[in-house]
Amino acid sequence: MSKRAIYLVPLSVFLVMAVYFAIGLTKDPKIIPSALIDKLIPEFSLPPIDNGTPQGYGKGFSSADFKAGGISVVNVFASWCLPCRAEHPFITKLSKMNVAKVYGLNFKDTPKNALKWLQELGDPYDAIGADPRGRVGIDWGVYGIPETFVVDGTGKIYFKYVGPLNGDILENQILPVIEKLKR
Amino acid sequence: MKTGPFILALLLGLLWTAPAWAVNPDEMLADPVLEKRAREISKGLRCLVCQNQSIDDSDADLAKDLRIIVRNRLKAGDSDGAVVDYVVARYGDFVLLKPPFKGTTLVLWLGPAVIGGLGLWAMIAFLRRHSGQGGGQGGGAQAAIAKAASRPRPPPLTDDEKKKLRKLLKEDGP
Repeated sequence: MSKRAIYLVPLSVFLVMAVYFAIGLTKDPKIIPSALIDKLIPEFSLPPIDNGTPQGYGKGFSSADFKAGGISVVNVFASWCLPCRAEHPFITKLSKMNVAKVYGLNFKDTPKNALKWLQELGDPYDAIGADPRGRVGIDWGVYGIPETFVVDGTGKIYFKYVGPLNGDILENQILPVIEKLKR
Repeated sequence: MKTGPFILALLLGLLWTAPAWAVNPDEMLADPVLEKRAREISKGLRCLVCQNQSIDDSDADLAKDLRIIVRNRLKAGDSDGAVVDYVVARYGDFVLLKPPFKGTTLVLWLGPAVIGGLGLWAMIAFLRRHSGQGGGQGGGAQAAIAKAASRPRPPPLTDDEKKKLRKLLKEDGP
């Protein structure tokens, strides 16, 4: 290295760090990469929401449902979660498109509130499972709802979105993933 | 108004206060050895909602759930490592407040040492060059003298040169 070039070392080190920091600043620290991407879904079985009848409401679902082939979307929601209310129309939209089975994981909710919420906003889910203590949610690595998972036909988690869905995210993130899995 | 009794009352009031623990008494295990292990494990696990608190410190709901899970696993006979692995399997390395030493974190662990080492090397090289050669640009008075002393002495001036010098000095004068 020539003597002149050595004076450029601090500048280049600075530039490399500046690029790293610039990229780092655009990332939201609240969004944690899921440890479960490309892993099989956890083993679980969720009952339907208790509505006083023996069969309950929402059918319930278990890990076996995901291994039958076909793409599934699992949306973690609760009546106490305000952003869930905001994303509800987009879950409904996704459900109406019939591109994937849409499961609702009712996280740490009371049956009464959950039923009221579904009655008021509508029930877009193919099946709902109640997780009143949040144990299954923890097995799915849920830490801040709403969270939405896309699961492929073999029961592998392919994609996870943390936060409320909106038109843009549905169009540009969720649907392309489903399209890709279909091929 | 006398302030004495008032202050005394305030001070006595302090006796009723207690530190606010995130860990609720009903979560604690009856076995003090297991409880101690649980506390130690909890201190190393990040609360994913508040991020820079451990689940041992945090009042968040998820932290409470994780504390209970840690205790349940310990009661089921898991080793400390197995309990940590259980949580990491669900939430990834990010839950560990101390990142593990492995391939993807090599830069994180060794980066500062490498950069520090390079800096030290550059500094030593710089100092060596400037004190070894002496002088240079601003090597200090001492170095300049040393340099001058080490230079071979020039031959003495001849008579012709002395005359020339005297003439030049005169021209320069007033």
